[in-house]
Amino acid sequence: MQITMLSRQVNLRMPSSRALAPYLGLLVLLLLWELITRLKIYPEFIIPPPRAVFDTFVQTLLDGRLWTHTVTTVGQMGIGLFLGLVAGVALGYLIAKNHMLEQMLSPIIVAIQSTPVVAYAPLLVIWFGTGPTSKIVTCMLTVFFPMLTNTVVGIRSVPPSLRDLMHSLRATRWQMFTRLEVPAAMPILLGGLKLSATLSVIGVVVGEFVSANAGLGYLVKLARDSYNTPLVMVAVLMLALIARLMYGAVALLEHRLLAWQSRSRRQNSL
Amino acid sequence: MTASLAVRGVTAVYTAPNGGSLPALGPVTFTTAPSEFITLVGPSGCGKSTLLRLLAGLQVPTKGSILLDGKPVTEPSPRVAIMFQDANLMPWRTIIDNVALPLELAGISRDERNRTAQALLPQLGLEEFAPAYPGELSGGMAQRVALGRVLIQRPDVLLLDEPFGALDALTREQVSADLMSLWTQERQTVMMVTHDINEAVWLSDRVLVMSRRPGQIIADIAVPLPRPRVLAVTYSEEFGHIAQRVRANIERA
Repeated sequence: MQITMLSRQVNLRMPSSRALAPYLGLLVLLLLWELITRLKIYPEFIIPPPRAVFDTFVQTLLDGRLWTHTVTTVGQMGIGLFLGLVAGVALGYLIAKNHMLEQMLSPIIVAIQSTPVVAYAPLLVIWFGTGPTSKIVTCMLTVFFPMLTNTVVGIRSVPPSLRDLMHSLRATRWQMFTRLEVPAAMPILLGGLKLSATLSVIGVVVGEFVSANAGLGYLVKLARDSYNTPLVMVAVLMLALIARLMYGAVALLEHRLLAWQSRSRRQNSL
Repeated sequence: MTASLAVRGVTAVYTAPNGGSLPALGPVTFTTAPSEFITLVGPSGCGKSTLLRLLAGLQVPTKGSILLDGKPVTEPSPRVAIMFQDANLMPWRTIIDNVALPLELAGISRDERNRTAQALLPQLGLEEFAPAYPGELSGGMAQRVALGRVLIQRPDVLLLDEPFGALDALTREQVSADLMSLWTQERQTVMMVTHDINEAVWLSDRVLVMSRRPGQIIADIAVPLPRPRVLAVTYSEEFGHIAQRVRANIERA
């Protein structure tokens, strides 16, 4: 009797302590940070105390600057992500279906893909100006390639036996696309989206680093130039938060769209 | 409605990787009577599956012609349904949605196709599995879903490519008995590929034995056992004689 009660208590505590673990890690990190600044190992302009970063956060939040720059970055990121997704999936689909096109385009694609976007971002600024367009384009390009590759792999992964089945049922081209190719490729497409969504933040920031007068990347650069380290950290933390939220959103989408996968796996492991 | 097939001098030749030609089948000639249950047996790689793909219109013969009630088959027909060697289900669709797929592609409304599929599931022993996913099913159950997906098309011709090949012996016997009783209701023309001689004799009106590649029909053996047939008929003397003839012909293939 006592043993049962004890084990029940343990069972009740286990999940909640596990859920708290990430926050515990964060707390330890914060304490360590506070400790380092208290011990004055580094000057404040290199590692400012948490309190200074928090004050800067509140201040920039209240005077509206943080909000304005965040909106600029998120807006450009949203457009770039959307355009990159559409272009990557569309071209990826065509390449997966057409070997001639693949052979024609793959040397160009590999060349652009293996060049860091940072290297040719100045070129994009020359072409698309210092306004939002160049940031949207850098974001679009960082999203485009992983999406393209995953679409090609995803569409190629459609089992030929299911294609036969669809043919034998006289499926139209559109039905083949919507009822077979899209759902069959979905796990791989979502893998690409997960990668793309987080990369899209990098894409915009790269554009903003090269030349901009708004956005979180611009804020990082501006604050660094004036040795306002707390502001650099506020902007960086904001970018990290955005990337994390994007990742979380795709994970949520994955959970909803691929519910069948987890159900199938659970049964197979029994 | 029921249908008859006429296969006339059909050959299939593939292109080998080195550019040469690889004869896979034929020439094959035979006709089926309406409502006939025919099984195809023969050594592996003799072109049995190719013949079924040709009959399904998934592939065009290199030479010869295939006629369905006198009309040439050049593409998949709504009157012909094919069931593949493995269940070949869509893992992202529930069982009921997998069974209803042919109706969905034919543009039938969700309500109507769900009603039709739901009515079919009990005959296949699947009624509790409607909302499950294929990954949650055993091999035998998955094969029943595949059978349901074929039957919902109400085809006049049923093409079965080793439908029970991946199942264990007991499940196999069970599912083929179910197939037999379903066929007794509808009496479609059936062409079924199998490796199991007893299964072939027990199910069919005629057993066609094919030779090694390129497969030709080397024996056409009638099975005059009365229907309905119980499983115990496999122990009768007459059954044994027919099975023996089929085996002897496979051996000389």
